[in-house]
Amino acid sequence: MSQALKTTETPPVNATPEPAVVASPAPPPAGPTLRLPRISAAQLGNLGLVALSLTLGVLAWHLLTANNVDFYINFQNVPSPWRVFDAFVTHVQTGIFWTHIGVSMRRILISYSLACALGIGIGLVMGRSRLARALIMPYIEVVRPIPAVAWIPLAILMWPTEESSIIYITFLGALFPIVLNTLHGVEQTPEVLVRATQSLGASRWDVFRHVVIPAALPSIAAGLAIGMGVSWFSLLAGEIISGQYGIGYFTWNAYSLINYQDIVVGMLVIGFLGTGSTAAVKLLTAPMLAWQKRTR
Amino acid sequence: MLDILKFKAPQQRDDIGKGRIEVKDVSITFGKGKSAYRATETTDITIEAGEFVCILGPSGCGKSTLLNAIAGYVEPSTGAVLVDGKEVRKPGPDRGMVFQQYSLLPWKTVYENVAFGPRMAGHSRTESGSTANTFLELVGLKKFGDRYPAELSGGMQQRVGIARALANYPSVLLMDEPFGALDAQTRLMMQESLLDIWRKFGTTVVFVTHDVDEAVFLADRVLIMSAAPGRIIEDVRIDLPRPRSTDMATEPAYMQARQHCLATIKAESRKSFESQNA
Ligand SMILES: Nc1ncnc2c1ncn2[C@@H]1O[C@H](COP(=O)(O)OP(=O)(O)O)[C@@H](O)[C@H]1O
Ligand SMILES: [Mg+2]
Repeated sequence: MSQALKTTETPPVNATPEPAVVASPAPPPAGPTLRLPRISAAQLGNLGLVALSLTLGVLAWHLLTANNVDFYINFQNVPSPWRVFDAFVTHVQTGIFWTHIGVSMRRILISYSLACALGIGIGLVMGRSRLARALIMPYIEVVRPIPAVAWIPLAILMWPTEESSIIYITFLGALFPIVLNTLHGVEQTPEVLVRATQSLGASRWDVFRHVVIPAALPSIAAGLAIGMGVSWFSLLAGEIISGQYGIGYFTWNAYSLINYQDIVVGMLVIGFLGTGSTAAVKLLTAPMLAWQKRTR
Repeated sequence: MLDILKFKAPQQRDDIGKGRIEVKDVSITFGKGKSAYRATETTDITIEAGEFVCILGPSGCGKSTLLNAIAGYVEPSTGAVLVDGKEVRKPGPDRGMVFQQYSLLPWKTVYENVAFGPRMAGHSRTESGSTANTFLELVGLKKFGDRYPAELSGGMQQRVGIARALANYPSVLLMDEPFGALDAQTRLMMQESLLDIWRKFGTTVVFVTHDVDEAVFLADRVLIMSAAPGRIIEDVRIDLPRPRSTDMATEPAYMQARQHCLATIKAESRKSFESQNA
C-alpha cells in the first residue's frame, strides 16, 4: 500500500494553482494577538465585582477586629487589616522575607515538576494498560487520603535531608490529582476516534499521540491546576520540618512566637502565591486547549 | 474527465479495479458461555470491485457488527472476510470508514483531519496537504480547511469524514449509517452528493442503513438483513440508471424496487413475530 502511494505525483493540472495549499495549513491556533485578551465590558464588570467583594471582606474584617467582637467566634486577638498591612510592608523591606518566599517557590517548582512528569506518566500508563492499572491503583487509593502532615515523621526518617523530605511531602500532594485526572482523561477517549484513526493507517503509537493524549488534555490540564493548589497546601505542612526558611516556616515560626499579624501575613502570602501559581498553570496549559475555545 | 485529473492519475492509483469483498461463512458471537450473544448468523456475501452495495436491516440486527468485521474492528467467530483475496485481520487504510457519529479529531482542523491519512502513509507535509485540498474540494469544503470540526454543521462534518476516508485512496469505502443523524433535507443532498463523489472517484462502497428509500436510491444491490441475529435474506439488484437524482423517487422502476424491499422486510418481520408467538 504505502509502496504504491509513494509513487504519487501531482498531476500537471494541479501543479500551478498551488498557492491555495500555502494558504490553507492552519496557523498555530493561539497567535500572539490572542495572548493579550481584549477586556470586554462583561469582564470589566466582573473585575469590579471582585474588587467590591474583596473590599467588603476587608471592611468586615476591620469592623470585627476594631470592635473586638466576641460572639462565639472571638476576634479580640485577631490582628486588624491595618496591623497586618503594616507588618507586611515591614517584611517586604527585609531580605529574609524574600528568601522565605524564594525558598518556598523553589520547593514548589521542584516538587511540582516531578509530580507533573511522574503523574502524567503514571496516569497515561494506567489508562492504557489494565495490568499497570490493577497493580498501581491500590497504592493510590490507600496513600491518597493520608494528609501531608501525617507524613512528616516518616518523611524525616526516610529522606537524607530536611530539604528532600519537604520536597517529598509537597510532591505527594501534587501527584495524586495529576495521576487521577490523567487516568480519567485517558479513559474518556472516544472509541470511535480510535477506530477512525486506525482505519487511516495509524499505529498504536500514532493513536496514542494523536488521539489518546489530546483527548486527555483537558482533564490533564485540570489535574495540573488542582495539583498546583494542593502542592502549596502540602508545602505548608512540609515546612513545619524546616528549621530555617520557607513561607510555611515563617508562618509556623510566627505562631510559636505568638506574633499574630505575621501569622496572617504568612497565610495571605501563601494564599496569593497559590492562586497566582494556579493561574500561571492555567495560562500555560491554555494554548494546548485552544481548539476547545473555538469549538464552543 | 477533468474531475478525475484532480486525483492521482489513474495509472498511478492502485485502488482502481480493486475492492472485491468476500464475506465467507462469517458469524459473529460476542462474549462466551452463558452470556454469549449471537450478533449475526452465518453470512456469505460477495461484493464486486466498484459496486455500491447497501446493507438494509432493522436496528440491532447486526449491520454495524458485520461492517465492523469488514473494517477489521471485530473478529469473526467463524469464517473469514477477504478483501481482494487477502484476509482481513485488523483495520487498515485500504478500507476507509465513515461513521454515524461525528468522528473527526476535534483538536485538528478540517484540513489536518483530511491530511492525517496521507501523513500516516508516510507522505510529506506538502504532499499530504495538497491531497487534503484535492479531497476537500471534491466534497466542496476547501474554504473550510482551517476551521475546527465543531465549527461545521453535521452535514459538513460528514462530508469531511468522506474526504478524509477517500484521501487514502481506499479500495473499499465502508459507511455505517453516515447520514442517520442528519435532517431529512440535508440527508437527501448528502445522498446525491455521495453518488456524485462515488461516480468521480470510483471505489467499492458498502453502505449500512435502516432506511429503505436511502438503500434503493443509492445502491446497485441491496442486501436485506433479517431481525437479530441478522443474516442476509435477500439480495435485490436495483437496475435504475445512473446518474441518479432524487427526482427518480416517483419513477415506476424505483417504486417497484422499493415495494419489493418493503414486502421482503414485512414478510420477514411477520415470520419472526409468528415464531415469537408460537
Ligand atoms: N462489542 C459488543 N459486545 C456485545 N454485544 C454487542 C457488541 N457490539 C454489538 N453488540 C450487540 O450486537 C447486536 C447488533 O448490534 P449492531 O451490529 O450494532 O446492530 P445494528 O447496527 O444493525 O443496529 C446488538 O444487540 C448489540 O447490542
Ligand atoms: Mg448500527
